[in-house]
Amino acid sequence: MTTQTAHADDHHHEPPKGLARWLFTTNHKEIGSLYLIFSLAMFLVGGAMAMIIRAELFSPGLQLVNPEFFNQMTTMHALVMIFGAVMPAFVGLANWMVPMMIGAPDMALPRMNNWSFWILPFAFLMLLSTLFMPSGAPASGWTLYPPLSLQGGNSFAFVIFAIHLMGISSIMGAINIIATILNMRAPGMTLLRMPLFVWTWLITAFLLIAVMPVLAGAVTMLLTDRFFGTSFFNAAGGGDPVMYQHIFWFFGHPEVYIMILPAFGIISEIIPTFSRKPLFGYTAMVYATASIAFLSFIVWAHHMFTVGMPLGASLFFMYATMIIAVPTGIKVFNWVSTMWRGSMTFETPMLFAIGFVILFTIGGLSGVMLAIVPADFQYHDTYFVVAHFHYVLVTGAVFAIMAAAYYWLPKWTGYMYDERLGKIHFWWSTISVNVLFFPQHYLGLAGMPRRIPDYAVQFAEFNMISSIGGFAFGLAQLLFVYIVIKCVRGGEKATAQVWDGARGLEWTVPSPAPLHTFDTPPVVDDTVAVHEDKVPS
Amino acid sequence: MKRTNEMIVGLAMVAVISVITWALFAVGDNMTPGVTPFSKDVYELHMIILGIVTVIGVLVFAAMFTSIYLHRKSRGAKAAQFTHSTKAEVTWTVIPILILVVMAVPATQVLIDMEDTSGAELNIKVTGYQWLWEYEYIEDEIQFYSALDRDSNYARQIGSTRDPRDVENYLLEVDKRVIVPTDTRIRFLLTSNDVIHSWWVPDLGWKRDAIPGMVNEAWTLIEEPGIYRGQCTELCGKDHGFMPVVIEAVTPDEYRAWVDSQKAEIAATENAAERTWTRDQLMARGEDVYQAQCASCHQGDGSGLEPAFPALAGSTVATGAIEDHIDMVMNGKAGTAMAGFGQRLAAEDIAAALTYTRNAFGNETGDMVQPMRILRLKNGVLEGGVADTGPADL
Repeated sequence: MTTQTAHADDHHHEPPKGLARWLFTTNHKEIGSLYLIFSLAMFLVGGAMAMIIRAELFSPGLQLVNPEFFNQMTTMHALVMIFGAVMPAFVGLANWMVPMMIGAPDMALPRMNNWSFWILPFAFLMLLSTLFMPSGAPASGWTLYPPLSLQGGNSFAFVIFAIHLMGISSIMGAINIIATILNMRAPGMTLLRMPLFVWTWLITAFLLIAVMPVLAGAVTMLLTDRFFGTSFFNAAGGGDPVMYQHIFWFFGHPEVYIMILPAFGIISEIIPTFSRKPLFGYTAMVYATASIAFLSFIVWAHHMFTVGMPLGASLFFMYATMIIAVPTGIKVFNWVSTMWRGSMTFETPMLFAIGFVILFTIGGLSGVMLAIVPADFQYHDTYFVVAHFHYVLVTGAVFAIMAAAYYWLPKWTGYMYDERLGKIHFWWSTISVNVLFFPQHYLGLAGMPRRIPDYAVQFAEFNMISSIGGFAFGLAQLLFVYIVIKCVRGGEKATAQVWDGARGLEWTVPSPAPLHTFDTPPVVDDTVAVHEDKVPS
Repeated sequence: MKRTNEMIVGLAMVAVISVITWALFAVGDNMTPGVTPFSKDVYELHMIILGIVTVIGVLVFAAMFTSIYLHRKSRGAKAAQFTHSTKAEVTWTVIPILILVVMAVPATQVLIDMEDTSGAELNIKVTGYQWLWEYEYIEDEIQFYSALDRDSNYARQIGSTRDPRDVENYLLEVDKRVIVPTDTRIRFLLTSNDVIHSWWVPDLGWKRDAIPGMVNEAWTLIEEPGIYRGQCTELCGKDHGFMPVVIEAVTPDEYRAWVDSQKAEIAATENAAERTWTRDQLMARGEDVYQAQCASCHQGDGSGLEPAFPALAGSTVATGAIEDHIDMVMNGKAGTAMAGFGQRLAAEDIAAALTYTRNAFGNETGDMVQPMRILRLKNGVLEGGVADTGPADL
């Protein structure tokens, strides 16, 4: 395949210099970088909050923070990590990679792309500023369940407005990605020739458009209940606090998949590259992703089995939730089959991808356990749940983002990252993250509720182990920041291909990818298709 | 040759991963089997599912590590180029579905049994408050509050000199336990007075949310006498971690005796609000009431937690006009966490707490509030009327 893209960008305007360049940029690569840098910053902010949480939980008794501030930390940690770290990271990766993977010159709606990003720093400035307000940051958990969330002070209005802004940003980003993927594919890049990362993002974008408005509606009702005297969720006024939970989780469960489907896509790119073997079961992967997305809309109430639902509803949500294991299982089996009889090497992206498959699977299996309603009556709102969702979100989503960063850094910067440090980062992270989260399964089964600042002494040992793992994991991420900075500043020159097993259009452009790629669209056919699982005719 | 290799390495991987998994189970804690038929069913269900997912995990990881070991470039592995296998894909779609059906059958049976709350011999209404529980025995007409015990409450404060490890059942002890009979089908009716709480005793095998404006129900039948401890499990604000549940299951005979003793106590205090109390009596009772009802926000020493929870030591309310102070405690303050206690507490308890807070923490107002005054207010006699002149000691 020939490289189509190395022309000079002489017909483009010279980009403005300095800050204006970043403020006004409409280039998908620059906006992608902004998203990724922002997400890394939020990852560190949210991580610092997690360190405070783990420090307080290091031993029984209250040593460092009062319970109110502890609750603010658990709430803000979740909001910052979900909306500030994980979601923008995936949008950043989509911005960088989707146009290059489908042979498009840029995103379909570049100005809106700029706006989608630049809303975010202001949204998070506002969210974080509540920490310094007299009534403090939100302390009712990221789920903001009423009536508790309605007890917050006036800072609550800032939280809701910040969430509205994040929602607007996500919806615009999603519209942009859908428009790009559906309209701007290179000739011959049929839907079933698209790389899986593009597929998973297409489906994720539809999920975002479907559910972010639901969240906006839910928090707007909280706003009017709190400040304008309505009673949507106030039982004394004829409202129903449980209705909020239904609405919230109708958003919340698809949100969970919004944070994991692009990760599936990333892993489906990386494993074939380092196995030097095409992805096993490409078509099945696409259908499995779509099935998971569909199921995500009909399982929301499994987050609330203990609110007292009719038997029929509990059974329905239990069965529907269990079914998710089938398409998810297909994905895991396909990844293992892709490795099978491959010719594997274990550079840092592959290590993180393998770590993902194992640890995400552990989180998935504990998810099956949580689906079993009678057992969930014991697991619910304990550290077992905390362990479960950190296995799928940290060793799932975050590990996939790390894998993606190592995988594509040479393409972005033109330099290889320091492989030795990358491997140290992987092993250090993987060991410490398990020391951090695995004991939390035991804590939950032994009866420790989540979101408590202090605990009975029988939980002391595992909490201490977990905290030590937490500090080590936090420190490991500073090494990651160092590796990224080092790679941006220089290193061994990367080739266009970068990885010898890499396939796909993004590897046909030089490293670093020039500001403008695919001004003339490449032509894609089966010989250059990114996978070889021919669509059955 | 290749197949044999894969079999041998695969079995070795299964063995290694099984040993690691077994070791992880051996060092860790597990769910309690509990003391009710339901909790034992849940425990068995948990063990079955845990077993199934463990086997699945071991097999998947073994296949993966076999591949990682054998099919690596450094061992000279050449990449095959197969991309799908309909047979394999159908297999690993159908088998998981069958496994899920196997899991769903017992889960459904246990759930149906759990949801049938009929045939209760004893009904106990549980109401969540920030941050304690109220229990009402509907048949036996007993009512009381149950809050974190004083030792734990003292040790849990920031800067406390008491080490939590020296407190017996730290954070899992209350000032008044829920006494229930064994071998009796008990129905719990759960609701809340403020935010959502969740009532959980692991040994009973379930938790249920206590939601304002709703009444949830769940049942239990405890087979073994003993003390069973749990906690609130739904984030309910600042002291979510400090509202334990402690149940003491006793034989039905002992339970009857307890009910009788409670009734006698109620009879003895029936007219408590109507007699005149001494200052010492009010202060002693007041300290108990304060520590149970007020201290979680205003702190044991009245220092409060600014800005949400004002200090009482030297406060304008606690040292100011007594009418305003009474109004604050009886009716609360809208838009803040200060609840109204007029309906919640007995007249003598409110009077005692008022007297205590007006004279403790350096608030030496020297005055006191008689229960009679509060009782009249509760009964609708307007403050400022004849009742207000009250006993001369005001």
